[in-house]
Amino acid sequence: MRIPRLLLRFVVLALFAPLAPAAPPVAAPLPDRSVYRIPALMLRDQQGDVFSFASLRGEPRLVGMFYGSCRMACPLEIETLKRIEHAVGAAGGTPLPVLLVSFDPAHDDVAMLRKVAAEHHVRAPLFRLARPEQGDEGMLAGVLGIAYRPLPGGGYSHNVVVALLDAEGRIRATTEASGAPDPTFVRAILALHTAR
Amino acid sequence: MIMRTQIGLLLALLATAPAVAAAGYVAIPGGAFVSALALDGAAARIVIKPFAMRVEPVTNAEYLDYVRTHPDWQRGQVSPLFAGPQYLAAWQGPLTLGPDALPEQPVTSVSWFAARAYCAGEQARLPSWYEWEFVAAADATRRDARRDPLRNQALLTAIQGSTGERPGVIGRHRANVWGVRDLNRLLWEWTGDYAAMFPNADARVAGAGPSLALCGGSALAFADKNQFALMMRVAALTALKPADDAPRVGFRCVRDPAGE
Repeated sequence: MRIPRLLLRFVVLALFAPLAPAAPPVAAPLPDRSVYRIPALMLRDQQGDVFSFASLRGEPRLVGMFYGSCRMACPLEIETLKRIEHAVGAAGGTPLPVLLVSFDPAHDDVAMLRKVAAEHHVRAPLFRLARPEQGDEGMLAGVLGIAYRPLPGGGYSHNVVVALLDAEGRIRATTEASGAPDPTFVRAILALHTAR
Repeated sequence: MIMRTQIGLLLALLATAPAVAAAGYVAIPGGAFVSALALDGAAARIVIKPFAMRVEPVTNAEYLDYVRTHPDWQRGQVSPLFAGPQYLAAWQGPLTLGPDALPEQPVTSVSWFAARAYCAGEQARLPSWYEWEFVAAADATRRDARRDPLRNQALLTAIQGSTGERPGVIGRHRANVWGVRDLNRLLWEWTGDYAAMFPNADARVAGAGPSLALCGGSALAFADKNQFALMMRVAALTALKPADDAPRVGFRCVRDPAGE
Protein backbone atom coordinates (compact mmCIF):
# COMPACT_ATOMS: atom_id res chain seq x y z
CA MET A 1 0.00 0.00 0.00
CA ARG A 2 3.01 2.30 0.29
CA ILE A 3 3.29 3.07 -3.36
CA PRO A 4 -0.35 3.93 -4.03
CA ARG A 5 -0.37 6.24 -1.04
CA LEU A 6 2.70 8.02 -2.33
CA LEU A 7 1.13 8.18 -5.74
CA LEU A 8 -2.01 9.62 -4.22
CA ARG A 9 0.06 12.28 -2.57
CA PHE A 10 1.53 13.21 -5.92
CA VAL A 11 -1.91 13.39 -7.46
CA VAL A 12 -3.17 15.57 -4.64
CA LEU A 13 -0.14 17.81 -4.97
CA ALA A 14 -0.68 18.06 -8.69
CA LEU A 15 -4.32 18.93 -8.14
CA PHE A 16 -3.64 21.66 -5.65
CA ALA A 17 -0.32 23.02 -6.83
CA PRO A 18 -1.77 25.40 -9.43
CA LEU A 19 -4.12 26.83 -6.81
CA ALA A 20 -1.45 27.55 -4.24
CA PRO A 21 -0.13 31.13 -4.41
CA ALA A 22 3.59 31.45 -5.07
CA ALA A 23 4.75 31.39 -1.45
CA PRO A 24 7.59 33.76 -0.60
CA PRO A 25 10.64 32.00 0.77
CA VAL A 26 10.34 34.00 4.00
CA ALA A 27 8.49 31.94 6.58
CA ALA A 28 7.87 34.54 9.30
CA PRO A 29 4.33 35.94 9.36
CA LEU A 30 3.84 39.43 8.00
CA PRO A 31 3.52 42.26 10.53
CA ASP A 32 -0.08 43.34 11.28
CA ARG A 33 0.30 46.55 9.33
CA SER A 34 2.14 45.19 6.33
CA VAL A 35 0.53 46.27 3.06
CA TYR A 36 1.62 42.89 1.69
CA ARG A 37 -1.41 41.58 3.62
CA ILE A 38 -3.80 42.80 0.93
CA PRO A 39 -5.61 39.99 -0.91
CA ALA A 40 -3.53 38.39 -3.68
CA LEU A 41 -2.71 40.88 -6.43
CA MET A 42 -0.92 39.82 -9.63
CA LEU A 43 0.85 42.50 -11.65
CA ARG A 44 2.55 42.76 -15.04
CA ASP A 45 5.31 45.30 -15.60
CA GLN A 46 6.46 47.26 -18.64
CA GLN A 47 8.69 44.35 -19.69
CA GLY A 48 5.75 41.95 -19.64
CA ASP A 49 6.96 40.16 -16.51
CA VAL A 50 4.22 38.88 -14.21
CA PHE A 51 4.75 38.90 -10.45
CA SER A 52 2.70 38.96 -7.28
CA PHE A 53 2.64 42.12 -5.22
CA ALA A 54 3.39 40.10 -2.08
CA SER A 55 6.56 38.73 -3.70
CA LEU A 56 8.10 42.21 -3.36
CA ARG A 57 8.52 41.66 0.37
CA GLY A 58 12.11 41.58 1.55
CA GLU A 59 13.41 44.95 0.39
CA PRO A 60 12.35 48.54 1.11
CA ARG A 61 10.71 50.25 -1.84
CA LEU A 62 8.57 53.16 -2.97
CA VAL A 63 5.03 52.28 -4.04
CA GLY A 64 2.40 54.47 -5.67
CA MET A 65 -0.26 54.39 -8.36
CA PHE A 66 -0.88 56.23 -11.63
CA TYR A 67 -2.64 55.96 -14.96
CA GLY A 68 -1.03 56.19 -18.36
CA SER A 69 -3.13 58.85 -20.06
CA CYS A 70 -2.82 61.20 -17.08
CA ARG A 71 -1.53 64.56 -18.30
CA MET A 72 -0.49 66.36 -15.16
CA ALA A 73 -0.20 64.74 -11.75
CA CYS A 74 1.18 61.37 -12.87
CA PRO A 75 4.02 62.67 -15.07
CA LEU A 76 4.88 64.97 -12.19
CA GLU A 77 4.74 62.01 -9.81
CA ILE A 78 7.28 60.09 -11.89
CA GLU A 79 9.60 63.06 -12.34
CA THR A 80 9.42 63.82 -8.61
CA LEU A 81 10.30 60.22 -7.80
CA LYS A 82 13.35 60.51 -10.06
CA ARG A 83 14.38 63.64 -8.18
CA ILE A 84 13.83 61.91 -4.84
CA GLU A 85 16.05 59.02 -5.96
CA HIS A 86 18.65 61.54 -7.07
CA ALA A 87 18.52 63.32 -3.71
CA VAL A 88 18.94 59.98 -1.93
CA GLY A 89 21.96 59.17 -4.10
CA ALA A 90 23.45 62.62 -3.55
CA ALA A 91 23.19 62.08 0.21
CA GLY A 92 25.11 58.83 -0.04
CA GLY A 93 22.14 56.46 -0.09
CA THR A 94 21.22 53.84 -2.66
CA PRO A 95 18.14 54.53 -4.79
CA LEU A 96 15.22 52.31 -3.80
CA PRO A 97 13.21 50.24 -6.26
CA VAL A 98 9.99 51.97 -7.32
CA LEU A 99 6.66 50.37 -8.18
CA LEU A 100 3.82 52.36 -9.69
CA VAL A 101 0.60 50.39 -10.27
CA SER A 102 -1.95 51.55 -12.82
CA PHE A 103 -5.53 52.06 -11.67
CA ASP A 104 -6.65 52.11 -15.31
CA PRO A 105 -5.91 48.56 -16.49
CA ALA A 106 -8.54 48.84 -19.23
CA HIS A 107 -6.29 51.28 -21.07
CA ASP A 108 -2.87 50.64 -19.60
CA ASP A 109 -1.60 47.57 -21.42
CA VAL A 110 2.07 46.62 -21.54
CA ALA A 111 2.61 48.82 -24.61
CA MET A 112 1.26 51.83 -22.71
CA LEU A 113 3.44 51.03 -19.69
CA ARG A 114 6.45 50.77 -21.98
CA LYS A 115 5.58 54.07 -23.62
CA VAL A 116 5.28 55.90 -20.28
CA ALA A 117 8.53 54.32 -19.06
CA ALA A 118 10.32 55.41 -22.26
CA GLU A 119 8.94 58.96 -22.03
CA HIS A 120 10.38 59.30 -18.55
CA HIS A 121 13.55 57.29 -19.22
CA VAL A 122 12.90 54.88 -16.39
CA ARG A 123 13.78 51.21 -16.48
CA ALA A 124 12.80 47.98 -14.78
CA PRO A 125 13.76 46.47 -12.42
CA LEU A 126 14.61 49.65 -10.51
CA PHE A 127 11.57 51.56 -11.75
CA ARG A 128 8.61 49.34 -12.50
CA LEU A 129 5.34 50.49 -14.00
CA ALA A 130 2.78 47.72 -13.66
CA ARG A 131 -0.81 46.89 -14.45
CA PRO A 132 -3.07 44.67 -12.34
CA GLU A 133 -3.63 41.28 -13.97
CA GLN A 134 -5.67 39.57 -11.27
CA GLY A 135 -6.97 40.67 -7.90
CA ASP A 136 -8.21 44.01 -6.61
CA GLU A 137 -5.87 46.97 -7.01
CA GLY A 138 -8.45 49.02 -5.08
CA MET A 139 -7.27 47.32 -1.88
CA LEU A 140 -3.73 48.53 -2.56
CA ALA A 141 -5.06 52.04 -3.20
CA GLY A 142 -7.00 51.94 0.07
CA VAL A 143 -4.05 50.98 2.24
CA LEU A 144 -1.82 53.58 0.58
CA GLY A 145 -4.43 56.34 0.99
CA ILE A 146 -4.92 56.68 -2.76
CA ALA A 147 -8.40 57.45 -4.11
CA TYR A 148 -9.57 57.69 -7.71
CA ARG A 149 -12.80 57.94 -9.60
CA PRO A 150 -13.36 58.02 -13.36
CA LEU A 151 -14.73 61.37 -14.52
CA PRO A 152 -17.77 61.44 -16.83
CA GLY A 153 -15.76 63.28 -19.49
CA GLY A 154 -12.81 60.86 -19.32
CA GLY A 155 -9.77 60.76 -17.12
CA TYR A 156 -9.82 60.42 -13.37
CA SER A 157 -10.27 62.51 -10.31
CA HIS A 158 -7.51 61.22 -8.04
CA ASN A 159 -4.89 62.11 -5.50
CA VAL A 160 -1.23 61.15 -5.49
CA VAL A 161 0.45 59.35 -2.64
CA VAL A 162 3.77 57.53 -2.79
CA ALA A 163 4.59 55.39 0.22
CA LEU A 164 7.98 54.33 1.53
CA LEU A 165 7.60 50.69 2.53
CA ASP A 166 10.14 48.95 4.71
CA ALA A 167 11.23 45.43 3.83
CA GLU A 168 8.19 43.97 5.61
CA GLY A 169 5.73 46.29 3.89
CA ARG A 170 5.06 48.75 6.70
CA ILE A 171 4.49 52.33 5.58
CA ARG A 172 7.33 54.46 6.97
CA ALA A 173 6.54 57.74 5.22
CA THR A 174 4.39 59.12 2.42
CA THR A 175 4.70 62.00 -0.04
CA GLU A 176 2.38 63.67 -2.54
CA ALA A 177 5.27 63.64 -5.03
CA SER A 178 4.21 66.89 -6.64
CA GLY A 179 7.38 68.70 -7.55
CA ALA A 180 10.42 69.30 -5.36
CA PRO A 181 11.44 66.25 -3.30
CA ASP A 182 9.97 66.44 0.18
CA PRO A 183 13.05 66.60 2.47
CA THR A 184 11.25 64.72 5.26
CA PHE A 185 10.51 61.89 2.86
CA VAL A 186 14.12 61.79 1.63
CA ARG A 187 15.33 61.68 5.23
CA ALA A 188 12.97 58.78 5.95
CA ILE A 189 14.51 56.84 3.06
CA LEU A 190 18.03 57.57 4.29
CA ALA A 191 17.05 56.58 7.85
CA LEU A 192 15.85 53.24 6.55
CA HIS A 193 19.25 52.76 4.89
CA THR A 194 21.05 53.50 8.12
CA ALA A 195 18.82 51.11 10.01
CA ARG A 196 19.80 48.34 7.64
CA MET B 1 -9.49 1.46 -6.10
CA ILE B 2 -9.06 3.34 -2.86
CA MET B 3 -7.00 5.86 -4.68
CA ARG B 4 -9.60 6.41 -7.33
CA THR B 5 -12.37 6.87 -4.77
CA GLN B 6 -10.37 9.40 -2.85
CA ILE B 7 -9.57 11.37 -5.97
CA GLY B 8 -13.22 11.28 -6.92
CA LEU B 9 -14.10 12.63 -3.49
CA LEU B 10 -11.50 15.33 -3.81
CA LEU B 11 -12.79 16.41 -7.17
CA ALA B 12 -16.33 16.46 -5.83
CA LEU B 13 -15.16 18.65 -2.94
CA LEU B 14 -13.39 20.99 -5.31
CA ALA B 15 -16.48 21.25 -7.45
CA THR B 16 -18.83 22.06 -4.60
CA ALA B 17 -16.57 24.30 -2.52
CA PRO B 18 -17.44 27.64 -4.18
CA ALA B 19 -21.19 27.01 -3.99
CA VAL B 20 -22.47 29.83 -1.80
CA ALA B 21 -26.11 30.64 -1.22
CA ALA B 22 -26.87 33.03 -4.06
CA ALA B 23 -27.88 36.53 -2.96
CA GLY B 24 -30.64 38.19 -4.96
CA TYR B 25 -29.53 40.60 -7.67
CA VAL B 26 -31.74 42.46 -10.12
CA ALA B 27 -30.73 43.84 -13.49
CA ILE B 28 -30.45 47.63 -13.73
CA PRO B 29 -30.60 48.74 -17.37
CA GLY B 30 -28.79 52.02 -16.74
CA GLY B 31 -29.31 55.09 -18.87
CA ALA B 32 -28.76 58.84 -18.95
CA PHE B 33 -28.70 60.45 -15.53
CA VAL B 34 -28.04 63.81 -13.97
CA SER B 35 -26.36 63.41 -10.62
CA ALA B 36 -27.33 65.65 -7.72
CA LEU B 37 -23.61 66.12 -7.23
CA ALA B 38 -21.84 68.68 -9.36
CA LEU B 39 -18.33 68.33 -10.63
CA ASP B 40 -16.55 71.66 -10.93
CA GLY B 41 -19.87 73.45 -10.56
CA ALA B 42 -21.47 71.87 -13.61
CA ALA B 43 -24.26 69.33 -13.33
CA ALA B 44 -22.83 65.88 -13.87
CA ARG B 45 -24.66 64.47 -16.87
CA ILE B 46 -23.63 60.88 -17.06
CA VAL B 47 -24.51 57.61 -18.74
CA ILE B 48 -24.88 54.63 -16.44
CA LYS B 49 -23.97 51.32 -18.06
CA PRO B 50 -26.14 48.28 -17.36
CA PHE B 51 -25.29 46.36 -14.19
CA ALA B 52 -26.99 44.19 -11.57
CA MET B 53 -27.54 45.28 -7.98
CA ARG B 54 -28.25 43.37 -4.82
CA VAL B 55 -31.90 43.67 -3.85
CA GLU B 56 -30.96 44.17 -0.20
CA PRO B 57 -27.86 45.33 1.65
CA VAL B 58 -25.67 42.54 3.06
CA THR B 59 -27.13 41.36 6.36
CA ASN B 60 -25.53 40.25 9.62
CA ALA B 61 -26.49 36.66 8.80
CA GLU B 62 -24.81 36.83 5.40
CA TYR B 63 -21.71 38.49 6.77
CA LEU B 64 -21.49 35.87 9.53
CA ASP B 65 -21.50 33.15 6.87
CA TYR B 66 -18.70 35.01 5.12
CA VAL B 67 -16.39 35.38 8.11
CA ARG B 68 -16.94 31.73 9.04
CA THR B 69 -15.21 30.77 5.81
CA HIS B 70 -12.85 33.78 5.72
CA PRO B 71 -11.08 33.86 9.11
CA ASP B 72 -8.86 36.75 7.96
CA TRP B 73 -11.96 38.95 8.25
CA GLN B 74 -13.06 37.81 11.70
CA ARG B 75 -13.06 40.32 14.52
CA GLY B 76 -9.78 39.86 16.36
CA GLN B 77 -8.05 38.41 13.28
CA VAL B 78 -8.39 41.21 10.78
CA SER B 79 -5.35 43.39 10.16
CA PRO B 80 -5.60 46.91 11.68
CA LEU B 81 -4.88 48.17 8.17
CA PHE B 82 -8.30 46.91 7.05
CA ALA B 83 -10.57 47.53 10.05
CA GLY B 84 -10.52 49.50 13.27
CA PRO B 85 -11.42 48.66 16.87
CA GLN B 86 -15.15 49.19 16.19
CA TYR B 87 -15.28 46.47 13.54
CA LEU B 88 -18.49 44.45 14.00
CA ALA B 89 -18.87 46.12 17.40
CA ALA B 90 -22.53 45.12 17.79
CA TRP B 91 -21.76 41.43 17.47
CA GLN B 92 -21.50 39.45 20.68
CA GLY B 93 -18.43 37.57 19.49
CA PRO B 94 -16.33 37.04 16.39
CA LEU B 95 -18.72 34.26 15.30
CA THR B 96 -21.80 35.16 17.36
CA LEU B 97 -24.38 37.80 16.47
CA GLY B 98 -26.04 38.06 19.89
CA PRO B 99 -28.99 40.23 20.95
CA ASP B 100 -27.75 43.52 19.44
CA ALA B 101 -27.26 42.21 15.92
CA LEU B 102 -30.29 40.56 14.37
CA PRO B 103 -29.65 38.23 11.44
CA GLU B 104 -31.90 40.29 9.16
CA GLN B 105 -30.37 43.64 10.06
CA PRO B 106 -27.90 45.06 7.55
CA VAL B 107 -24.36 44.41 8.73
CA THR B 108 -22.81 47.71 9.82
CA SER B 109 -19.57 48.70 11.55
CA VAL B 110 -17.81 47.15 8.58
CA SER B 111 -14.92 48.91 6.90
CA TRP B 112 -14.71 49.73 3.20
CA PHE B 113 -11.98 47.09 2.91
CA ALA B 114 -14.23 44.45 4.46
CA ALA B 115 -17.14 45.44 2.22
CA ARG B 116 -14.91 45.28 -0.81
CA ALA B 117 -13.55 41.85 0.11
CA TYR B 118 -17.06 40.53 0.78
CA CYS B 119 -18.32 41.65 -2.63
CA ALA B 120 -15.30 40.10 -4.36
CA GLY B 121 -16.25 36.87 -2.57
CA GLU B 122 -19.58 36.82 -4.38
CA GLN B 123 -18.00 37.73 -7.75
CA ALA B 124 -19.23 41.29 -7.36
CA ARG B 125 -17.92 44.73 -6.44
CA LEU B 126 -19.05 47.82 -4.57
CA PRO B 127 -21.16 50.17 -6.69
CA SER B 128 -19.80 53.47 -7.88
CA TRP B 129 -21.45 56.50 -6.31
CA TYR B 130 -23.27 57.25 -9.58
CA GLU B 131 -24.59 53.68 -9.84
CA TRP B 132 -25.89 53.85 -6.31
CA GLU B 133 -27.41 57.30 -6.81
CA PHE B 134 -29.07 56.25 -10.07
CA VAL B 135 -30.93 53.38 -8.43
CA ALA B 136 -31.68 55.37 -5.27
CA ALA B 137 -33.32 58.15 -7.31
CA ALA B 138 -36.29 55.86 -7.92
CA ASP B 139 -39.27 55.18 -5.70
CA ALA B 140 -41.91 52.47 -5.93
CA THR B 141 -43.50 53.93 -9.07
CA ARG B 142 -40.99 56.31 -10.69
CA ARG B 143 -37.48 55.90 -12.04
CA ASP B 144 -36.64 59.40 -10.91
CA ALA B 145 -38.65 60.64 -7.94
CA ARG B 146 -36.20 63.31 -6.86
CA ARG B 147 -38.43 66.23 -7.78
CA ASP B 148 -41.13 65.13 -5.37
CA PRO B 149 -40.79 67.35 -2.27
CA LEU B 150 -42.87 64.98 -0.13
CA ARG B 151 -40.60 62.09 -0.99
CA ASN B 152 -37.49 64.16 -0.26
CA GLN B 153 -38.91 65.29 3.07
CA ALA B 154 -39.88 61.73 4.03
CA LEU B 155 -36.36 60.48 3.36
CA LEU B 156 -34.85 63.28 5.40
CA THR B 157 -37.22 62.64 8.30
CA ALA B 158 -36.43 58.93 8.24
CA ILE B 159 -32.70 59.60 8.34
CA GLN B 160 -32.87 62.27 11.02
CA GLY B 161 -35.16 60.14 13.16
CA SER B 162 -32.65 57.32 13.30
CA THR B 163 -29.34 59.14 13.54
CA GLY B 164 -26.93 57.34 15.80
CA GLU B 165 -28.95 54.13 15.85
CA ARG B 166 -28.18 50.93 14.07
CA PRO B 167 -30.41 50.35 11.07
CA GLY B 168 -33.63 48.37 11.40
CA VAL B 169 -34.27 45.06 9.67
CA ILE B 170 -34.44 44.80 5.90
CA GLY B 171 -37.55 44.28 3.79
CA ARG B 172 -40.02 46.57 5.62
CA HIS B 173 -40.40 48.99 2.73
CA ARG B 174 -41.61 48.49 -0.82
CA ALA B 175 -39.04 47.78 -3.48
CA ASN B 176 -38.42 50.61 -5.93
CA VAL B 177 -39.25 50.32 -9.64
CA TRP B 178 -36.01 48.45 -10.25
CA GLY B 179 -36.85 45.88 -7.57
CA VAL B 180 -34.22 47.15 -5.14
CA ARG B 181 -35.06 47.67 -1.44
CA ASP B 182 -33.89 49.72 1.51
CA LEU B 183 -31.61 52.11 -0.36
CA ASN B 184 -32.59 55.43 1.15
CA ARG B 185 -33.98 54.98 4.64
CA LEU B 186 -32.10 52.34 6.56
CA LEU B 187 -28.43 53.05 6.41
CA TRP B 188 -25.53 54.58 4.57
CA GLU B 189 -23.73 52.33 2.14
CA TRP B 190 -20.10 52.27 1.07
CA THR B 191 -19.43 52.95 -2.57
CA GLY B 192 -16.23 51.79 -4.23
CA ASP B 193 -15.19 55.33 -5.11
CA TYR B 194 -16.39 57.25 -2.03
CA ALA B 195 -12.87 58.30 -1.05
CA ALA B 196 -12.34 60.08 -4.38
CA MET B 197 -15.38 62.35 -4.04
CA PHE B 198 -13.23 65.02 -2.38
CA PRO B 199 -16.13 67.15 -1.09
CA ASN B 200 -13.81 69.27 1.02
CA ALA B 201 -11.34 69.98 -1.73
CA ASP B 202 -11.08 73.57 -0.58
CA ALA B 203 -10.50 72.62 3.03
CA ARG B 204 -7.84 70.11 2.10
CA VAL B 205 -5.70 72.69 0.44
CA ALA B 206 -6.50 75.62 2.70
CA GLY B 207 -4.51 78.67 1.74
CA ALA B 208 -2.48 76.76 -0.79
CA GLY B 209 -4.59 77.26 -3.87
CA PRO B 210 -5.57 74.31 -6.04
CA SER B 211 -3.39 71.31 -5.25
CA LEU B 212 -1.91 69.11 -7.92
CA ALA B 213 -2.45 66.26 -5.53
CA LEU B 214 -6.11 66.51 -6.55
CA CYS B 215 -5.70 65.85 -10.25
CA GLY B 216 -8.91 66.31 -12.19
CA GLY B 217 -9.77 69.18 -9.89
CA SER B 218 -13.13 67.81 -8.90
CA ALA B 219 -14.16 70.27 -6.25
CA LEU B 220 -17.43 68.61 -5.46
CA ALA B 221 -20.67 70.40 -4.77
CA PHE B 222 -24.39 69.83 -4.95
CA ALA B 223 -26.23 70.86 -8.08
CA ASP B 224 -29.60 69.90 -6.63
CA LYS B 225 -30.00 71.65 -3.30
CA ASN B 226 -33.22 69.77 -2.54
CA GLN B 227 -31.41 66.50 -1.93
CA PHE B 228 -30.70 67.04 1.76
CA ALA B 229 -30.80 63.34 2.57
CA LEU B 230 -28.26 62.73 -0.16
CA MET B 231 -26.06 65.56 1.11
CA MET B 232 -26.07 64.05 4.58
CA ARG B 233 -25.11 60.71 3.09
CA VAL B 234 -22.20 62.11 1.12
CA ALA B 235 -21.02 64.11 4.12
CA ALA B 236 -21.19 61.02 6.33
CA LEU B 237 -19.37 58.78 3.88
CA THR B 238 -16.62 61.15 2.91
CA ALA B 239 -15.79 61.83 6.56
CA LEU B 240 -14.73 58.21 6.89
CA LYS B 241 -11.39 56.57 6.32
CA PRO B 242 -11.57 53.23 4.52
CA ALA B 243 -10.69 51.26 7.67
CA ASP B 244 -13.39 53.02 9.73
CA ASP B 245 -16.35 51.02 10.99
CA ALA B 246 -19.43 53.16 11.59
CA PRO B 247 -22.66 51.89 13.19
CA ARG B 248 -24.84 53.20 10.35
CA VAL B 249 -22.61 52.29 7.43
CA GLY B 250 -23.05 49.00 5.62
CA PHE B 251 -22.98 48.03 1.96
CA ARG B 252 -24.48 46.17 -0.95
CA CYS B 253 -22.71 44.80 -4.01
CA VAL B 254 -23.21 45.11 -7.75
CA ARG B 255 -22.15 42.97 -10.70
CA ASP B 256 -21.21 43.79 -14.23
CA PRO B 257 -23.11 41.96 -16.97
CA ALA B 258 -21.49 38.68 -18.04
CA GLY B 259 -18.65 39.14 -20.51
CA GLU B 260 -17.50 42.54 -19.19
